[in-house]
Amino acid sequence: MQITSPAFKENARGALADPQLQRALGHVRSGFIDKRKVAVDALPEFDALRESARAIKDHTLTHLDLYLEAYERKVEEAGGRVHWAETAEDARAIILDICRASGARTVTKGKSMITEEIGLNAFLEKEGIRPVETDLGEYIIQLRNEHPSHIIAPAVHLNRDQVETDFRHAHTHLPEERDLSEPVALLGEAREVLRSQFLAADVGITGANFLVAETGSSVIVTNEGNGDLTQTLPKVHVVVASIEKVVPTLEDLSQILRLLARSATGQEMSVYTTLSTGSRRPNDPDGPEEYHVVLIDNGRSAMLGTEFQEMLRCIRCGACMNHCPVYHAVGGHAYGWVYPGPMGAVLTPALAGLDKAGHLPNASTFCGRCEAVCPMKIPLPKMMRHWREREFERALNPAVDRYGIKVWAMFARRPRLYRLATSLAMPALALVGRRKGAFRRLPLASGWTQYRDLPAPEGRTFMQQWRDRSVSGGAEI
Amino acid sequence: MQESRRVGLFVTCLVDLFRPSVGFASVKLLEDAGYEVEVPMAQTCCGQPAYNSGDRADTADIARVTIETFEEYDFIVAPSGSCAGMLKKHYPSLFKGDPQWETRAAAFSEKVYELVSFLVDVAGVESVAATHRGTVTYHDSCSGLRELGIARQPRKLLGTVAGLKLEEMKDPDVCCGFGGTFCVKYPEISNKMVEEKTANIRASSAGTLLAGDLGCLMNMAGKLRREEADIKVRHVAEVLAGMDEGPAIGRERG
Repeated sequence: MQITSPAFKENARGALADPQLQRALGHVRSGFIDKRKVAVDALPEFDALRESARAIKDHTLTHLDLYLEAYERKVEEAGGRVHWAETAEDARAIILDICRASGARTVTKGKSMITEEIGLNAFLEKEGIRPVETDLGEYIIQLRNEHPSHIIAPAVHLNRDQVETDFRHAHTHLPEERDLSEPVALLGEAREVLRSQFLAADVGITGANFLVAETGSSVIVTNEGNGDLTQTLPKVHVVVASIEKVVPTLEDLSQILRLLARSATGQEMSVYTTLSTGSRRPNDPDGPEEYHVVLIDNGRSAMLGTEFQEMLRCIRCGACMNHCPVYHAVGGHAYGWVYPGPMGAVLTPALAGLDKAGHLPNASTFCGRCEAVCPMKIPLPKMMRHWREREFERALNPAVDRYGIKVWAMFARRPRLYRLATSLAMPALALVGRRKGAFRRLPLASGWTQYRDLPAPEGRTFMQQWRDRSVSGGAEI
Repeated sequence: MQESRRVGLFVTCLVDLFRPSVGFASVKLLEDAGYEVEVPMAQTCCGQPAYNSGDRADTADIARVTIETFEEYDFIVAPSGSCAGMLKKHYPSLFKGDPQWETRAAAFSEKVYELVSFLVDVAGVESVAATHRGTVTYHDSCSGLRELGIARQPRKLLGTVAGLKLEEMKDPDVCCGFGGTFCVKYPEISNKMVEEKTANIRASSAGTLLAGDLGCLMNMAGKLRREEADIKVRHVAEVLAGMDEGPAIGRERG
């Protein structure tokens, strides 16, 4: 997809001025946070599980090559095939070949962020194959020709009435007088419309929440059951997954699953947790004739061994963005690419380039709420700071910012000079602001005073006053 | 043998420049708790503006000056969770692999505390001899809360201030939108965040807002003033020290 992260500031301004979006974002702020808290508080071993899950993923990432090869062997033993894709382009070509080989005209899709990352839908359409999103949120987004604004709730930026309008516009075969005032009616209508699509599809494409090396299984976690229909009804099932999704064993999987839904939606488990292993065996009642896994790198292996490796522990629960006050303010689209919020602020520079995504790790107060709720204990603020360091090293950030910091640091490194400058400046500033106690406007401070007053200093600096009291044995300089 | 009780006060740049009264309140609280307080003159700033802008080299230079200045003390105390967090949690990481400074930074950071948590957790202060008539609400500043675990300590001491009633606002632990240079680099987003915060403050019945970090306090005070809200804003140390007679942050000085 087209990346608009370089225009983050403009995107954010637009988002802040969009009343529909702001109304919708109110639900993120209340819903997800409270539900997660109830679920986490009810599980005394939650923190111990986080530690354990972190250790599982760290171990896996250290031996990623071995686990991926083991996984591949198991998939092939079960009658499936693994395709390795180094880039998004490779992945698209592989998927197209599979679709072409089965003569596919229509493919159904389960919810998958990696297919967003590789821009699969637009590519398939261009090649004459019709992708049909079957997750309700994704279906709505597809009708609107938009991209997801959240990794687990793709249409969270929309309100019910907007979706009703879209459905009335798209489903013209249904009676106009039907009642769509309740969300459940919208769900029912989407289900009805999608049913025939499931049956007509030649290929079903899903993502994977996990890949299990021990068994060669791919795992999807859903609430609507659409993923199961996507992967069992068509003749061909294609799993599209990035390489860091692998875990060693079923036991490891079950530990991390206990964290995933609680962190994401506050459920103990999502409604469906489905493991698929290979193609249909002779005695199986259903399942695909062909089972393919497209394993995508697309920049991830380059993160291994760097200060960003820990990001590959991410299980895409969305808790970081659900708790992020910046995400709450501007929503997911402002981030300008596939992954929004704190995890996107770390991942996007790695996958799409720091030169394009430099704003994202900068647009954070480092409040630390994301790291506090991350089930995989990913130090997100620390990694955002690392991106800022790389930006500073490569002089990618604005010259005026760099120069400002350098000048300030020149003073901060030299206490005598600093003391002299502040002893002159602060009393003068205090004198100007004395009457009102704050400034409504101040030269060079418009970033501050545009929206808030700047409290005036009290007068002489603490250091000036302290020295005059000369009550201290503090060393003079 | 007498227990060592020499505290080096890290004033923080914002207190030094904008609100010296918080420095004096800190000195009083520490002295009342039985500590000998010194204020070394060779201090400037903890280095966060450079650190959070990705300028590691300048940050390390500033950190060396701070460590050299303060390492002789038994404790280093700052009236800010953000600056104390920088000194305690981040300084050691600046010198990873540096044979000389890594150990020095680690030894230094062991002795660093934020003021109110120092009073409660280290000094064992159970109550303060202060009076404040009225209802206050307390904002948990992010670094203090999440890096240093400060939440219970200020509430405990505020509970012993005569006449003071603490009323919690909604979401006291959510960021006010200050974030250092964030607030001027992304002013629109920062504004949205502080608007949410001041709405929650105003929805409480508190006449006074307290917090432990001057950056956040100046942000919230500046916004409340722009909104013409009649709520006074003070550093928690001012109230705990009984030194809350002067003008509140951003208010007229007669």
